[in-house]
Amino acid sequence: MSSPPDVSSGRSPDEALRRSAGPDPTESPLPGAAETTSTGSSRQASLWSDAWRQLRRNPIFVIASLLLVVLATMAAFPSLFTNADPLSCNLANSRGGPGTNGAWFGYDLQGCDYYANIIYGVRVSMVIGVAVVGGALVIGVTLGALAGFYGGWFDSLMSRITDIFFGLPLILGAIILLNAFTGDRGLFQVSLALIAFGWMTILRLLRSSVIAVKSTDYVQAARALGAGDWRIITTHILPNAIAPVLVYATIAIGGIIAAEATLSFLGIGLQRPSISWGLQIEEARDFVRTSPYLLLIPSAFLSVTVLCFIMLGDALRDALDPKLR
Amino acid sequence: MTVSPATAPLHPTVPGAHLLEVDDLSVEFRTDYGTVRAVNSLSYHLDKGETLAILGESGSGKSVSAQAIMGIIDTPPGYVTSGQIRYQGRDLLTMDSKQQRAMRGAEIAIVFQDALSALNPVFTVGAQIAEMFRVHRGTSKKEAMAKAAELMDRVRIPSAKDRLKDYPHQFSGGMRQRVMMAMALALDPKVLIADEPTTALDVTVQAQIMDLLLTLQDENGMGLILITHDLGVVGEVADRVAVMYAGRIVETGGIREIFGHPAHPYTVGLMNSVPRLDQRGQRLSPIVGAPPNLADIPPGCSFHPRCPRAELVCRQERPLLREVVPGRRAACHFAEEVLDA
Repeated sequence: MSSPPDVSSGRSPDEALRRSAGPDPTESPLPGAAETTSTGSSRQASLWSDAWRQLRRNPIFVIASLLLVVLATMAAFPSLFTNADPLSCNLANSRGGPGTNGAWFGYDLQGCDYYANIIYGVRVSMVIGVAVVGGALVIGVTLGALAGFYGGWFDSLMSRITDIFFGLPLILGAIILLNAFTGDRGLFQVSLALIAFGWMTILRLLRSSVIAVKSTDYVQAARALGAGDWRIITTHILPNAIAPVLVYATIAIGGIIAAEATLSFLGIGLQRPSISWGLQIEEARDFVRTSPYLLLIPSAFLSVTVLCFIMLGDALRDALDPKLR
Repeated sequence: MTVSPATAPLHPTVPGAHLLEVDDLSVEFRTDYGTVRAVNSLSYHLDKGETLAILGESGSGKSVSAQAIMGIIDTPPGYVTSGQIRYQGRDLLTMDSKQQRAMRGAEIAIVFQDALSALNPVFTVGAQIAEMFRVHRGTSKKEAMAKAAELMDRVRIPSAKDRLKDYPHQFSGGMRQRVMMAMALALDPKVLIADEPTTALDVTVQAQIMDLLLTLQDENGMGLILITHDLGVVGEVADRVAVMYAGRIVETGGIREIFGHPAHPYTVGLMNSVPRLDQRGQRLSPIVGAPPNLADIPPGCSFHPRCPRAELVCRQERPLLREVVPGRRAACHFAEEVLDA
């Protein structure tokens, strides 16, 4: 791998990222000091800046992140993309095909603007995907770091609990748990059910990389120079152990979004009047022959969103794993 | 420098008489292949401003004893099974972990052999030096960084201010070792342990680093424990030497006396295995055989399988470390004869 041409690409972006790995991102970059040595031979040390350099030149990463930016904007500000209210419906328009009355994607069974519904559906998918993976990260990273660092009985206990949870597949576990919830099933309940069965891989990944980092010399050195356990874990071990977990988490967002759609499709996820691609696909099921667009449009959006996260994760893995270069 | 009079190994005259006293220290590692006795009732002491060289082959227990002082032996598999490590009269091993942590880095610091792997790759060196102040003194980030810059100046890193924001991989080997030294010296420790500080460096840089180490020692009068297998380094800088073999001290005393007239066959062997300019053309005479497996240390004198003088008594009876001439002790049944040879 050669270094990027200094003149055209400029240094400030990787300078900025390299700096962001350090504890003090506010200081301005140094002129010159890094210039002479940063393109040298020792790559392992500049994992994050190297990863960024590699990512910027990876078309898959660029495409996936651009699409995700668009999707995230849709989720945050759906009104930028549509003026129609997804919940104001006119049965007279029921299943009017794309183009009817100027509605791009036509109308659904209830006569609601399908485009508006699709756009508002992004929010549910994004929120659930990010919230579930975020929650799973909190559980998995905390317990994984403690298990890996301290070992002993706590580690054994965690490993056995993980094994037990692995025995139940994500969807099946979530179905059982959601059935146990009485009352409404909203975003919160569905997220909780998916978190409950989605944290184990993160714990395992982090535990093993913490064990690997724990025995490095710089962790020993930090201990010899008086750092406490908390400081060693948070500032010395985690930044060096988190890379594989980040890759997995990015890919997992896609999986969780698909899982939410599956649950909603099966009728145990979100309930109307929530707007979810899974619900839309479920409704479209009976009209595949007469109004195929009802099925195809939300499916396409779902697939593209999931694909974006998987591509992003793949690109991250390629960039963060030096052995794959 | 003071060459302290010898004391009986297990019972130093007055506990707390020296800055650092290692007394009857034993460390073992319990592995699946048996118990490895890395350090066996080791005793030594260090005074203020003094340089003690601990000399020995790989696997003689010199680094493990340093790790025991720093309290960084991983348990399991490592266990300190006996002994005391007294710093200013207080036993480090029986302190609670909070007090121990406050000692590490601030009172007793260590410089490791391989600075690249001993520095965290994802942080700038400035942040890592500053961490010392933040951990021990709770200094603000900005102030800590300013002090880090001063320290980098003190260890003679050129344009220190500009290099604060560089990452360890952007430094050369010698400069990295200086960064390690800056970290170790940040809080003006009274004892500095240098664990083979120059082994990973090339010869010209080695000399610079040793010079710097001694200058810094003069500046703040700390006691220095220099762990090394390099006889040349020892000869130049040490006041006293302790020669270790199979986890024990086999000979200890002033540097001149030991280098001039070793009293233990192992020390003799070490001296003879160094190439010398005045013996050009002659074959080197290395010590035959290999260091013992520490999971299965030979009975009697642990050096007897490799010793040219070994007799029956060496196989049966372990020689105690005893005073051979005033100020010098050796653990050999025939120390006097070796000395006279």
